[in-house]
Formats: sequence, C-alpha cells, structure tokens
Amino acid sequence: MLPPEPLPGSSYASAFAAALIDPGRETPAVVAGPNGKAVVKRYNVYRNNVTSSLIDALAAIYPAVQRITGVEFFRAMARFHIRATPPTSPLLFEYGRDFPAFIEQYEYAGAMPWLADTARVERAWLDAYHAADAEPLSAQTLRSFPPERLANLVFVVHPATRIVRSRFSVVTILAANRGEAPVDRIDVSAPEDALITRPDLDVVVRHLPRGGAVFLTDLIAGRPFGEAAASALDASPDFDIASGIAGMIEAGAFTTATLENQDGR
Amino acid sequence: MKAATELAACAAIPLRFPAWPIGGLAGTSFKHEHLVAIRAEHKGRGFFEVHAENYMGAGGPPHRALEALRRDHPLSLHGVCMSIGGERPLDKAHLARLRHLVDRYEPALVSEHLAWSTHGTAYFNDLLPLPYTEATLLRVCDHIDQVQEAIGRPMLLENPSTYVGFRTSTMSETDFIHAVARRSGCGLLLDVNNVFVSAANHGFSALDYLADFPLADVGEIHLAGHAEQSDDEGDLLLIDSHDGPVADAVWKLFEIVISRRGPVPTLVEWDSNIPDWPVLKAEAAAAQAILDRCDSVAEGRHAAA
Repeated sequence: MLPPEPLPGSSYASAFAAALIDPGRETPAVVAGPNGKAVVKRYNVYRNNVTSSLIDALAAIYPAVQRITGVEFFRAMARFHIRATPPTSPLLFEYGRDFPAFIEQYEYAGAMPWLADTARVERAWLDAYHAADAEPLSAQTLRSFPPERLANLVFVVHPATRIVRSRFSVVTILAANRGEAPVDRIDVSAPEDALITRPDLDVVVRHLPRGGAVFLTDLIAGRPFGEAAASALDASPDFDIASGIAGMIEAGAFTTATLENQDGR
Repeated sequence: MKAATELAACAAIPLRFPAWPIGGLAGTSFKHEHLVAIRAEHKGRGFFEVHAENYMGAGGPPHRALEALRRDHPLSLHGVCMSIGGERPLDKAHLARLRHLVDRYEPALVSEHLAWSTHGTAYFNDLLPLPYTEATLLRVCDHIDQVQEAIGRPMLLENPSTYVGFRTSTMSETDFIHAVARRSGCGLLLDVNNVFVSAANHGFSALDYLADFPLADVGEIHLAGHAEQSDDEGDLLLIDSHDGPVADAVWKLFEIVISRRGPVPTLVEWDSNIPDWPVLKAEAAAAQAILDRCDSVAEGRHAAA
C-alpha cells in the first residue's frame, strides 16, 4: 500500500524547509505555537540548529582553515557557503567538497590566496581518513620483480591516496595549523605539492619533491613506471627516480604492482 | 591441541561478533575519545550506541574503533537521517548503507526518529517535525516497512522533541505513535528527555503523555540533558541539546516509566560538550542503579507471591 501523493500546496516539508537556511523568509504559516503563542523564536530553534550544526561540520572538516582565519571569520564564511550550497548527502563527512572553490571566490579571503589550497588538502585528508582499508604495496613485493622489467610495472593506487598541487606552501601551512602549537611566520610563497596517504590508521601528509606529483599522477592514471619517470624528468630534470620509488613505498600510495604485458595489454 | 583446532576453525569463518545480551542494561553514546578508557576497563557492563551515519564511510579509524568496541559490548545502531517523517521516498542508497552496517556489526538494537531531515536535494542535519494526520501516518508506516524490509528485522522509532506544532495536525503525538507501532509492527524508543522537553514547550503534562504512551512496545529508553531558552512570550523554551547531565525531573520520569514497564535497555546520550569518560560512565551507572532496583523489586514480588 503506497501513501497518497501530497496534494499540491499541502506540502508541510516544502513550507517548513523554505525558510530554514534563508533568513530573508518569514516563519512558515503551517507551524503554530501552543494556545495561540507566537512561533518566531520557536521556529528559529530549527534555523539555528541547521545552520550552526552545518557550520560545525565544516569546522570539523577544515580545522586548519578555521585556525588561520579565526573562528568568527570562518563561521561567517561557512554560513555564506551553507546558504549557497547546502549538503545533498546525509553523510556529513561528504560535505564541503565545493568549499575550497567557494573560498577562492570569497571576497574577504582575497588577502589569503593560499587558503583555498589549504582547504583542498584538508578535504583530501578527510577522504583518506574514511577511505577503504587496504594493505599497501611493500618494498619486498616490489623487489620481487626483475629490475630490468621495472619500466613496465603498472601500479594500483591505494584507496586513500590523494595529491594536491599548489603554488603555495600548503604542506607547511597545514602542518603548522592542524595542531595547537603556536605558529611562527611562514613563507607561503614556495610552491608545495602534497601527497596524502593512509597506509594503516593514520593519515599522513607529505611534501613531494619536485617532479614527484607528475610521477605519481601518471602512475595513478595507470601509466607504466618508465613513462611516469620520463614525464617526471621532463617536468623536473632534478627528479630523483630512486627516492621517488622509496617515497611512494614509504607513503603506502599503492596496493599492488603488475607487469604491463602480463596484464593482457 | 583443541585450542589450536578451534583457532583454525575461527580463522576459516568470517568475523562474527558475540551476541551480548542487552536486556536491562544501561549504556552511553560512544565517543572515539573514550575508547582507550573504555577498553582499559576490560569488558565493563553496559552497551554503546552510535549514530549509524558516522560509520557509513568505507574504512579507516571509525570502523576499527567500532569493531574493537563491538567485540566486548552490545551495540545499538541509531540512525539520524533516514527522514522517515519526510514527504519524499526514502533514499534507496541510504537504506542499502544501513542494511550493510546492520549486517556488518550485528547490533542488538536498531532505531530511527519520527522526524525528517531531507527535502528536495537538501539535507538539513536536524530532526524536523511533521504534522500528525492520516496521510502522514500512512507515509510513516510505509517508510518504516521499507526500513524493516531492508534490515530484515524490526526497528525502534523514537518520539521527537519539538518546538512548534502544525495547524494541520488531526491527532495527538501519542495516538500517532500508537497507530504507527500497531500498523507497522515496529518497536518504540522512548526518549524521556524529549517527553519532558516537548511537555514544557507545548504546555502539556509529561505524566499524561507517558500514561498515553504504549509502554509495552518500548524496546529502549533515551535520557539526555537539555538547555533552557525562552520563547516569544518570554516563557521557558527547552532545547534538546544533549550537552549536559540528565535533569532531576527527567530522572524522576524515568523511574516512573521503569516502575511501570520493567527494566528496558537505557541509554544516556551526550553529544556535545562531551565530558571525560568517568562523568558519562557515572550517568550510565545512575540509570543502571534504577534498572537494577526495579529488577530486585520485581524479584521480591515474585518471592512473596
């Protein structure tokens, strides 16, 4: 037995929801207080619950951004974002994917051009935190392949692995602002690429050497090791292949490796 | 040798958790910051409740913590955003996620709210109220059918705390809940703090509400703290804030419910301004003492009879 479709105009949810995140709208006419009491403050409890809990959710996802801007600035910025882009998923750890782009356009954050990339690393951090568990590729497994075939190896990316490239010192900024310790002056102008991984329980954010992001991005895309190393050297002639391999193993960025021609290709 | 054989047999089957009994136990909300303290107590009595949505990610520390907890304790899975009271069809993907979680953790209790939180494409992250009419009753029962079908077992439905009513309501909340339980076969989660909050906010008697509530269908009780604000007339408006200890008046109502209903799994909710573990544990111990007292009174009556 299916319930009847609500009659047009009789939707309590549409009427109730319309004003929840729009302060310009009046209290919905469908609601009532007891014994003829007014409902402005009563309805505002819901408005406040919705907005403040969603601001709290963004603050939990972006703690470094909040520390940099200060709580008052952050909450004002988050409130604008929530009104423009309320969550569409009931899973709050999925919320805020558009927040870095919002920050980039947010007029009052114009003096902090590094803020959006810092947010991108924090969003990647939470994705890595909730990603599926998987055993990372070990150095031992990698050594089991004949060295002369190394160029033909293709890798399967670990579910937690993310890369964020930036014109600013995002890894340094993040490291300084995710904790409670006092922050010294940071030179934000040195470009830093971040590698975010979670080989076991702890999410780790690493500063990739020059060429490292190109190298790993190619490997993640499924290109063989030889091609990835070549494009990394192309992008940064000082890219060191040996430390590139050591770094990706230590970070746990991949789960398995196979030889390209054994893969049926 | 026997132990080694058993170990080998265990390794051959997928991970299954012990079926810890939950009857007559007090429990608390599970907060990750308490895990170390909880585990140091070596399987202390009591159960834990988690918000289902917090464990709907693919992997990582949340699941590791919940697995550790579930090995030693009964678990209650409490959904906060199924939108059972909403006008739109239930989210099929969300139903599947809940089913997966129930399969994975084998909880002793599964509950959801008489409320809604999504409409159109937006998720509002709050438990929003609905009018009590024949039309909403049909829809709520249909939604509960879908949940119970998905998880393959009855769920518990929680009474809400509200700040406004609807002009279109045609029946009382207790009549509505009574009808939902009868038609859908679901059990009920009686939140005593919600009764107290709503009674104060709408000017009815909490005792009258409890007298009308179908106590026989109650499979779990919630207790929590509330905050005080004021309404447009300057009168007291209580907020279901879950940010402090359970109020004395709510403890009193709880004792009355238990004396009528007998011991039911009882949870102390505490979701913000979270205290250190000993403080939360003491709240659960207070609830346990009331449950145990009722148990011994009942035994005394049996002995006398």
